[in-house]
Amino acid sequence: MRFGVVVFPGTWSDCDFHYVISEVLHQPVKYVWHRDRELADFDCLVLPGGFSYGDYLRAGAVAGRSPVVEALPAFVAGGGVVLGSCNGFQILCEAGLLPGALMRNECLQYRCQSTHLLVENAETVFTRATRPGQVLAMPISHGEGKYHVDAETLAALRRRNQIVFRYCTPEGQVTRAANPNGSLDNIAGVVNEEGTVLGLMPHPERAAESALGGTDGLVIFHSLLGSLVEDGSFLKR
Amino acid sequence: MRFRVLVRLKRGILDVQGAAVQRSLAGLGFGDVRELRIGKLVEVDVDEATPAAARARVDEMCRRLLANPILEDYTIEEIEGERLAAREPVR
Repeated sequence: MRFGVVVFPGTWSDCDFHYVISEVLHQPVKYVWHRDRELADFDCLVLPGGFSYGDYLRAGAVAGRSPVVEALPAFVAGGGVVLGSCNGFQILCEAGLLPGALMRNECLQYRCQSTHLLVENAETVFTRATRPGQVLAMPISHGEGKYHVDAETLAALRRRNQIVFRYCTPEGQVTRAANPNGSLDNIAGVVNEEGTVLGLMPHPERAAESALGGTDGLVIFHSLLGSLVEDGSFLKR
Repeated sequence: MRFRVLVRLKRGILDVQGAAVQRSLAGLGFGDVRELRIGKLVEVDVDEATPAAARARVDEMCRRLLANPILEDYTIEEIEGERLAAREPVR
């Protein structure tokens, strides 16, 4: 699978994603500069974490209007998939590719810690290798990860099964105490209606080697790799 | 033409920054503060033929970038006879 890792000024997780894709998964991967619009060489684009454009105005606001992000709708329409983690999730929301917005953490603290995620939807190209109700351990590292949508959109997200991950206890209980940032309904990750764009606040690339404390993040990559069929298109659900 | 854009969190959305500042003020003896909310101020100078056209441009800027419609409301006011804030660093 041909991966592209998008780099904005201020991105910080680009090298981690590149390392995991090339050294752990042995897949071809290239960096994509934020001014590039030519995305035909890729099956999957990754928008990594960091502080694109210094989080000026709002987290992800400026990056959400950059040339590479403006090219994403056509990339997705052409069969590509997009994974946004942390700042990448913020950018996808700002660009309108995912519903909702990410606000300052309710606790006001920057939270850098381990979290547990309940798999709510195991039928996306990003979660095919999981089972519903499985608990994944992945770290978070953000100051603005409180997911917000209006009540009407939340109902639509539930109806269409767009909520993919929710913060939970290690045993899989979705509780207030397990919610590190005050996200509505403990939401940690959502997909678009078509299931081709995933945004999540946790960092799968930081949970990809046992030496670093866990490998649960790899399941997202394994799901993607298991979803690409020979003609280069992705299995739909 | 110069405009001042005020971007505010929508009513009903918890302003955690405002709440923290309100608590800090209470610690300084300003316990009489009933509510405090923090927003953003954007000053913008646009080159357009008419005030109406300029305001329409600023409104479009707000919709497309300056405010996030999911979280924020905005107001636009024209500033007359007033310089924008100095760009020189304060020593």
